[in-house]
Amino acid sequence: MKKILEVRNLTKIHGRGCPQCIDSTGPEADTNICPHCGSVVAAHGVSFDLHAGEILGIMGESGSGKSTVVKTLYFDDAPSAGEAIVFDEARQWNLFSLNAAEQRWLRNHRLGMVYQNPHLGLNFNVSAGGNIAERLLMSDLSHYGEIRERARRLLERTEVLPERMDESPKKFSGGMQQRVQIAKALATQPPLLYLDEVTTGLDLSVQARILDLILEIQQELNTAMIVVTHDLGVIRLLAGRTIVMKYGRIIESGLTDQILEDPQHAYTQRLVASAL
Amino acid sequence: MESILKIEGLSKHFLLYDQNKLIPSCANVDLSVHAGQLTALVGPTGAGKSSVLKCVYRTYLPSGGRILYRDAGGHRIDLAQASEHHMLQLRHAEIGFVTQFLHCLPRKSALDVVAEPLITRGEHREAAQAKARELLALLNVPERLWAVPPATFSGGEKQRVNLARGLIARPRLLLLDEPTASLDPATTDRVVDLLQSIKHEGVAMLAIFHHPDLVRRLGDRVIELAPPVAVSDILETCAS
Ligand SMILES: Nc1ncnc2c1ncn2[C@@H]1O[C@H](COP(=O)(O)OP(=O)(O)OP(=O)(O)O)[C@@H](O)[C@H]1O
Ligand SMILES: Nc1ncnc2c1ncn2[C@@H]1O[C@H](COP(=O)(O)OP(=O)(O)OP(=O)(O)O)[C@@H](O)[C@H]1O
Ligand SMILES: [Mg+2]
Ligand SMILES: [Mg+2]
Ligand SMILES: [Zn+2]
Repeated sequence: MKKILEVRNLTKIHGRGCPQCIDSTGPEADTNICPHCGSVVAAHGVSFDLHAGEILGIMGESGSGKSTVVKTLYFDDAPSAGEAIVFDEARQWNLFSLNAAEQRWLRNHRLGMVYQNPHLGLNFNVSAGGNIAERLLMSDLSHYGEIRERARRLLERTEVLPERMDESPKKFSGGMQQRVQIAKALATQPPLLYLDEVTTGLDLSVQARILDLILEIQQELNTAMIVVTHDLGVIRLLAGRTIVMKYGRIIESGLTDQILEDPQHAYTQRLVASAL
Repeated sequence: MESILKIEGLSKHFLLYDQNKLIPSCANVDLSVHAGQLTALVGPTGAGKSSVLKCVYRTYLPSGGRILYRDAGGHRIDLAQASEHHMLQLRHAEIGFVTQFLHCLPRKSALDVVAEPLITRGEHREAAQAKARELLALLNVPERLWAVPPATFSGGEKQRVNLARGLIARPRLLLLDEPTASLDPATTDRVVDLLQSIKHEGVAMLAIFHHPDLVRRLGDRVIELAPPVAVSDILETCAS
């Protein structure tokens, strides 16, 4: 199996930071706020590998740093320290040493993100089809007819009715908005996709269909994914391996069924027990 | 004949922090499984039979001992130590697990649920579905159900779909945890015939059967497990 992403010692500190930030935060310290300077250590020492076509889950309580990890890997947020390498067909991308133009290129061509909040992933001032066209324009396509056809096919694939293609996603249901977001993220067929709480807040039946869709796409396109969620059902269904975070640190990782059925850490045991 | 799986001194216990408890699950398990043969695990409830299978599959992390597996390339791997990615790859290509329960997606038809393991291994959809139909028919799943998602099936129907899914890809090593627990005698006979024929194809099996009769009919080796001694009992014995 080919490695597609390697993350080493990723750290994100909000605030000015001080020499004691790291030692005074984390699971042992029972906080992610440095008592000396008040900075938030949102993530520290996060390391993992992701292989092509693999789905990795990240679980943990609210505030544990899950979104921080994917945001830094999507250039939504700048890390404080660490290294991340994307292994592309021909070359390697050292994510945290790219210039703005290179970051934009990578985001538009090789990465995709689906946010919990559709406002972050979609432009509500343009139609559903227009949202996808925007992303296609940012990559390489420029022929109007071709773009429109691709957008239509993508929306069809994610089960958004083609006749609604010219409407603003503002009027869509939450589940439909997520489908448009997924279609947009997939428009460039990125080998690496981040999904941050994409089914949170949706009705159970709508959730189930979106999860189905994600799995189907993963099988069709062999897209590698990082799935961030506090929903253990989503983790069980989607992820082959799972990372558990607490106060910005990885406290445990393993095969998903092992994490859920034989959790090693007291914190994970509590998370799993409370989800039953 | 060289074994496909050789377990040496396997033990497993659970440390439950919130209850401050150490639960022993199995201890000192030794066994071997050979190509084309079935090793049956027997013993009273709580003896740790399911735990042994789950340790082999890495659903449980073994606490001690070795789980030596010989892969298709002839390499010996200790599954207790193998990396997560290696384990996933073996699950994908070589080691199958059929439990009592079917976990599946709400929208997939029974036919696709069964065909899927072949499709993910690169077989064509049509060919995979043809094999799936054959297996579903063989296991007496009524044809009207094939196009329906199994979520609404009865326990016995689900179990047959689950078996078909687990058997379709012919893994090198098959783990079976009471795969016939809710089947009627006629269907059970069909399952027995099917497992016999799979054995003849060379698949190695490590199995738990509800019924002693099945152990007799299918087992080439029988391993009896006794419930491990609780830690508190050990402490008492030491004190006295
Ligand atoms: N811009 C910011 N300034 C200060 N602190 C921040 C900022 N962004 C995030 N944090 C803090 O960083 C920590 C990690 O946040 P993050 O969003 O990664 O958590 P999460 O695990 O995704 O939580 P949730 O499940 O609630 O989405 C939190 O304590 C959060 O309050
Ligand atoms: N995930 C778990 N967490 C805690 N304890 C467990 C877990 N799985 C098994 N055990 C304990 O380990 C012991 C062995 O259980 P196991 O399920 O392996 O037995 P078994 O022989 O398969 O029993 P049965 O015939 O009833 O299925 C039991 O005491 C059980 O409670
Ligand atoms: Mg978050
Ligand atoms: Mg059992
Ligand atoms: Zn500090």
